[in-house]
Amino acid sequence: MRMLTFAKRCTKEILRDPLNLMFGLGFPVILLLLLSAIQANIPVDLFRIEHLSPGIAVFGLSFMTLFSATLLARDRETSFLQRLYTTPLKSMDFILGYILPIIPIALAQSIICFLIAVLLGLPVTVNILFAVSMMLPVSLFYISLGLLCGSIFNVKQVGGICGALLTNLSAWLSGIWFDLELVGGAFKKIANLLPFIHAVELERAMMSGNFSEAFPHLFPVLAYAFITTIGAILLFLRQMKRQ
Amino acid sequence: MEAIKTVNLTKKYKDFVAVDNLNLQINQGELFSLLGVNGAGKTTTIKMLSCLTKPTAGDAFVGGSSITQDEINVKQVIGVSPQETAVAPNLTVKENLELMCGIHGFSKEKSREKVAELATQFNLQNILTKKAGKLSGGWQRRVSIAMALISEPSILFLDEPTLGLDVLARSELWDVIRTLKGKITIILTTHYMEEAEALSDRIGIMKNGKLLVTGTAQELMEKASTDRFENAFITIVKEAN
Repeated sequence: MRMLTFAKRCTKEILRDPLNLMFGLGFPVILLLLLSAIQANIPVDLFRIEHLSPGIAVFGLSFMTLFSATLLARDRETSFLQRLYTTPLKSMDFILGYILPIIPIALAQSIICFLIAVLLGLPVTVNILFAVSMMLPVSLFYISLGLLCGSIFNVKQVGGICGALLTNLSAWLSGIWFDLELVGGAFKKIANLLPFIHAVELERAMMSGNFSEAFPHLFPVLAYAFITTIGAILLFLRQMKRQ
Repeated sequence: MEAIKTVNLTKKYKDFVAVDNLNLQINQGELFSLLGVNGAGKTTTIKMLSCLTKPTAGDAFVGGSSITQDEINVKQVIGVSPQETAVAPNLTVKENLELMCGIHGFSKEKSREKVAELATQFNLQNILTKKAGKLSGGWQRRVSIAMALISEPSILFLDEPTLGLDVLARSELWDVIRTLKGKITIILTTHYMEEAEALSDRIGIMKNGKLLVTGTAQELMEKASTDRFENAFITIVKEAN
């Protein structure tokens, strides 16, 4: 009950920030519309809506990292967390209270993304539901990464690291904008070691209904989600202890 | 009867001693001010007493419970208003108060009663629907103190409650603090001489983590042979060198 009260507060803090809504929901939708317009004029296989929409949906989740990191970093900076540490809330109430409310926001963002894609010509199939369901582990990775960053960095640093660095990493190393085969070499190897390309390929496989192709990508996504969540919990507890 | 008793309470950060063998007793219903320049150890003391940080040595008993052994019981009797405003900025004033009610496990009915009671006590009725982050510094501090009182604590910690406020906002907040005097035990940290003198039943002066002296403002002035409290503070701190 106490955890839910705190989670409700976190939801309100995020959804009432107009910048969050603009970047979290608006930006992926604009990208989808813009790239679809380009595709309409100069057809490129990479920007086919079946191929593009899963990538944009995954890219949009990088803003969830920014949301969770900024919220936690600000709560630390303003001593709001310090106040709550003197209440009966337990450490797991805090961790779940930060993570849980962002999961439905992330799923809602993905659904909006796919709905726009449907309007732009994405065929309506049950695969969209499978693709949305696979967003769950991907979301957990991005949200936990935010919690991890918010436990270490201040609001300004979070803006730079999660707002600029991560969104760029998520964009360049995910194969959304260009085929990584074209670059190859070390770039491709590094990309394959990170979760972004796997998240996008997982979503593309689910969307196309090629589930056998999804599994090789599901494992690294689950592994990253698990490791990042454990890391976020440990770092949150460390900063809690340091108070 | 004492509300707080510290026994050789010490906090070290590597080689730096933030609080050094603090022995202090604060009586129930008393408004006790910890006064000192920056880095004197006031905030670290409050952090230890409110279970935010563990002491390196010694112990303290808050409401009769040990801060090292009985954290849960200590947390049930204290309220804390930290140095920063510590409000949820995108929540309304009412939602901030309700949040604290929910965290303390109040029923909906009790929450409603408590919010109404504190809104009246702190004159918040006209700003209940405003976002806390949009309020002036003075009003945010007022909300912050109201949030600390939600759990009906018997001991309230106010860490630099008027820091950064203008003269008028400070005076208004002093009035708020005066309304609480005698009802609960208040431990206030400040480095404003006039604040400590105007509000406190007793004052403790800290320097470099050590408690130099405790007494009423009058007793401290007599001790320093001066009729101005600020001069008394300067004399006491300089003599400790």
